[in-house]
Amino acid sequence: MKTVDVLIIGGGSAGLAAAVSAYEEGVRDILILEKDRFLGGILNQCIHPGFGLQEFKEQLTGPEYAERFIDMVNERNIAYRLDTMVMSMDDKNVVTYCNKSEGLVQIKAKTIILATGCYERNAGSIALPGDRPSGVITAGLAQRYLNIDGYLVGKRIFILGSGDIGLIMARRMTLEGAKVLGVAEIMPYSNGLNRNIVQCLVDYDIPLYLSHTVTRVYGRHQLEKIEISQVDDKFVPIPGTEKEFEVDTLLLSVGLIPSNELFDHLGLKQDKTKGALVDQNLQTDIPGVFSCGNVLHVHDLVDFVSQEGKMAGKMAAKYVFDTDRKSDRYLTVIPGNGIGYVVPQKLNVGRIEEDIAFKFRVKRPLKNVFVSIKQGDKTLKRSFHQVAIPSEMINMSLPKTTSFDEALLHVEVEEKR
Amino acid sequence: MHDVIILGAGVTGAFIARSLARFRLDVIVIDQENDVGNFTSMANSALIHSGYDPKPGSLKARLNVRGNAMYDQVCEELDVIFRRIGSLTVTTREEDLPVLKELQERGVRNGVSTSILNQEEIRMMEPELSLDVKYALYAPSAGIIDPFELVVHAMENAIDNGVKLCLNEKITGIEKTAEGYCVITSKGCHEGRLIVNATGVNTDIVAEMVAHNDFSINPRKGSYFVFDHFDNNFLKHIVFPVPDERGKGIVVTSSYSYNYLVGPNSNYTDDRDDLATDREAMEYIKQHALKLVPRMPFDKVIRTFSGLRATSSTGDFIIEPVADHPYFINVAGIESPGLAAAPAIAEYVVDTLIKEKLLLIPTGKFNPRIRPLYRFNRMSQAEINALIKVKPEFGHLICRCEMVSEGHIHDALSRSCPPHSIKGVKKRTRAGFGRCQGGFCQPLVLKILSNHYHVAPNQILYDAESTFVLKDALDKDGHDENR
Amino acid sequence: MNATKELICIVCPRGCRLQVDDDLNVSGQGCPRGVVYGKAELLNPTRLLSSTVAIQSAHFARLPVVTNKEIPKGRIFEVMAAIKKVRVHAPVRLHQTIISDVLGLGIDVIATRTIPE
Repeated sequence: MKTVDVLIIGGGSAGLAAAVSAYEEGVRDILILEKDRFLGGILNQCIHPGFGLQEFKEQLTGPEYAERFIDMVNERNIAYRLDTMVMSMDDKNVVTYCNKSEGLVQIKAKTIILATGCYERNAGSIALPGDRPSGVITAGLAQRYLNIDGYLVGKRIFILGSGDIGLIMARRMTLEGAKVLGVAEIMPYSNGLNRNIVQCLVDYDIPLYLSHTVTRVYGRHQLEKIEISQVDDKFVPIPGTEKEFEVDTLLLSVGLIPSNELFDHLGLKQDKTKGALVDQNLQTDIPGVFSCGNVLHVHDLVDFVSQEGKMAGKMAAKYVFDTDRKSDRYLTVIPGNGIGYVVPQKLNVGRIEEDIAFKFRVKRPLKNVFVSIKQGDKTLKRSFHQVAIPSEMINMSLPKTTSFDEALLHVEVEEKR
Repeated sequence: MHDVIILGAGVTGAFIARSLARFRLDVIVIDQENDVGNFTSMANSALIHSGYDPKPGSLKARLNVRGNAMYDQVCEELDVIFRRIGSLTVTTREEDLPVLKELQERGVRNGVSTSILNQEEIRMMEPELSLDVKYALYAPSAGIIDPFELVVHAMENAIDNGVKLCLNEKITGIEKTAEGYCVITSKGCHEGRLIVNATGVNTDIVAEMVAHNDFSINPRKGSYFVFDHFDNNFLKHIVFPVPDERGKGIVVTSSYSYNYLVGPNSNYTDDRDDLATDREAMEYIKQHALKLVPRMPFDKVIRTFSGLRATSSTGDFIIEPVADHPYFINVAGIESPGLAAAPAIAEYVVDTLIKEKLLLIPTGKFNPRIRPLYRFNRMSQAEINALIKVKPEFGHLICRCEMVSEGHIHDALSRSCPPHSIKGVKKRTRAGFGRCQGGFCQPLVLKILSNHYHVAPNQILYDAESTFVLKDALDKDGHDENR
Repeated sequence: MNATKELICIVCPRGCRLQVDDDLNVSGQGCPRGVVYGKAELLNPTRLLSSTVAIQSAHFARLPVVTNKEIPKGRIFEVMAAIKKVRVHAPVRLHQTIISDVLGLGIDVIATRTIPE
């Protein structure tokens, strides 16, 4: 059977960063498996600027950001396979993959880095009411058709969901000659970046209907019109508030879900993030299996994805070189008051290699709050946030010299008095 | 002049076509959709009922039981996934025990053996059922099937054996001629000696084009939830509630592909094109399902859909010639147990109704089998690798959720009842049926279709004619400018 | 009468709510960059423009491009029209100029990826 030291599943932003980082740690036997016909993942279709401010201290477009990492991979001669699908993974780190030239291959990996990204929530899983015509499509798919293949999916558009993908597509479609009639957002606030509300909606006079959702799709074969309604605080549509729009396209920008079906059957415990549970070294419950990027938890800045990928690559490399596992000892990390989720969900206090990076999101928009990392009554770190919103992940780190006792760790919000 | 014109390429029309293909007859099938099995036949519970439920002596009862018995052979010949997992009709109420006993008795009269289980036995068979469930009627001969493959493969087999298929033709009129009938469609006129009307929810309208009929079709809409794969052993049997006057009720079942299916409800509708789902109906279905299976994970729903049942005013199948028109045969009111009965309906139509009217001479070269599919889950790794060496497209996986390769799509396109749309590819290969609902594979499927049919990508259809997935190409008016 | 315009600053994720009056006095900013943005947004709002051009290549149908500087907001659609007229051939280098001095604005449209063939 083929073997490899570091097997990286996914050649997008997380996987590329992990590969380069593992190489920098001294590993040479690395293999990236990518299902698409190019490396770079979703960055290839994100042609707009806004990437790299943290990682490269410059503002780059998605393809430029991807090319930086692809160049690093090529300069180091790191091996990769394109048009290659991982079919299965067992609990002994044996992965089966498939492509045209090699057929089905089984490979035993010392370490595996899961970097498979996300897929988009779609009409079916939100039980969109009404007909199921052609013309209802997720925003990311419409983006691929437009930016990679060069086709508009429609001329009169409505968008459900004010996340960044929906906002970016509102602008992009408008620039290419389509008419975007509006964006509906079920929450009373948008979870896209404010700069995108301005640059994508306000700039083009596209109305944003907060606390609204699509309540009916019309069109037996082809989309003809949609109905939106206002919703109450329990998200139930309010009768009498219906508005109709004649459109040929409804773009859905209603959330991203980590693509972790490969490890569903392995019983890898999942969190509210819908990603695997990991420790601060990004190792899952399976020894030698790491997870990073959007498949671990949905990110909003690719720079943090790269950071996480680098950490996973580094830790996988350390695992390859270091065979002593005896010192592992875990503490659970709990998202406390006001916090939606925290990554990592556990801390391996027996193996603290770096400063410990905590990433989390608040449950609802907050102003003037402290966020603390506590162990029992002891506050280990505290930071002040003028503004904290769910759509912006927060990073806090503890120095690697921090000493821990036996209690659970909490990350929680304290309102400033 | 054709010998037989079959109106409707759903499960009924497809099986009748296949049965007629055994004989030296010129047979054509006409359908208004862009694919076979594209209406009721693709939007149902996908169940092969055991047959205890229909009224004894009715056509439904006879043909359900006969059809159910034929399915092992049918699925073997046509390579259709069929799992005979058995059904449990459950109740939480003590007072329903006599109802179950009555159903059992009905089953006996229909020739179906069932048993009544107590709470302990039920708990052992299905631990996920509500603890309130007291009794269940267990029918081991019930099964679940791939309804898409069923119709496509039956029609492919018919076409392989000489039957012709005409799609995208809507019937606008039928005229009696000296030799038979002229069926006028949106695309022209077809003449045939004998007509079989298997047009589903429209059978009454089509029959009226020939003569006045005593029946009508009252379409009944039913909606469903489809769940992702999450645990193949969550439910091992089809779970029914106790039936009421509206029908068999809201079913919770594993599907042929180890997805889970919940539904349908039942609402009469006047609109024969009404396939919309609505919030209230879905909530109703969800609440009923949770009563039987409290831990049904509704956060794992990946799709909702609706289908229309062709419920007849008589309550039974109507399989007989129109009065004074012995060569115009209605096969109407084919609602549940229509899928289970289909091969038996075809047998009945051909052996009883057509036999006395047309000379049925066997061709001598009828092959009941289709070329088997390449199913990775029944091939060894060595076999898969041998296939990929010869046909490398099988090594290029394009549907990540359902593990479908480019080779599978090419194979579907190479067959005699090929897909003409994204939806057609989905039904035949499962590409796009998974949790991402085509989010990754749709552009790849589209490209394959575009190359195969030699048309621009924005000519590829999602389903029906003119449902183009892509509209304007961006570079309509570029000129060379390489700086 | 001094009318004030309300805007959201887009320079950083904080999204401060700015008020800018007719005399271009800015208030509500969280940092000095907000003052610069507030004034510019009223006097001469500019944006970066990204799009794609047709490319003749073995593996790609579209080449992503971006303006190398912000362009006046009011001329976005004109620049888009100029971009849509262009068709290039592979190979294309990262940052290769695709349109030089577009619309005489002193701004280039450049490639944001390398396409070797």
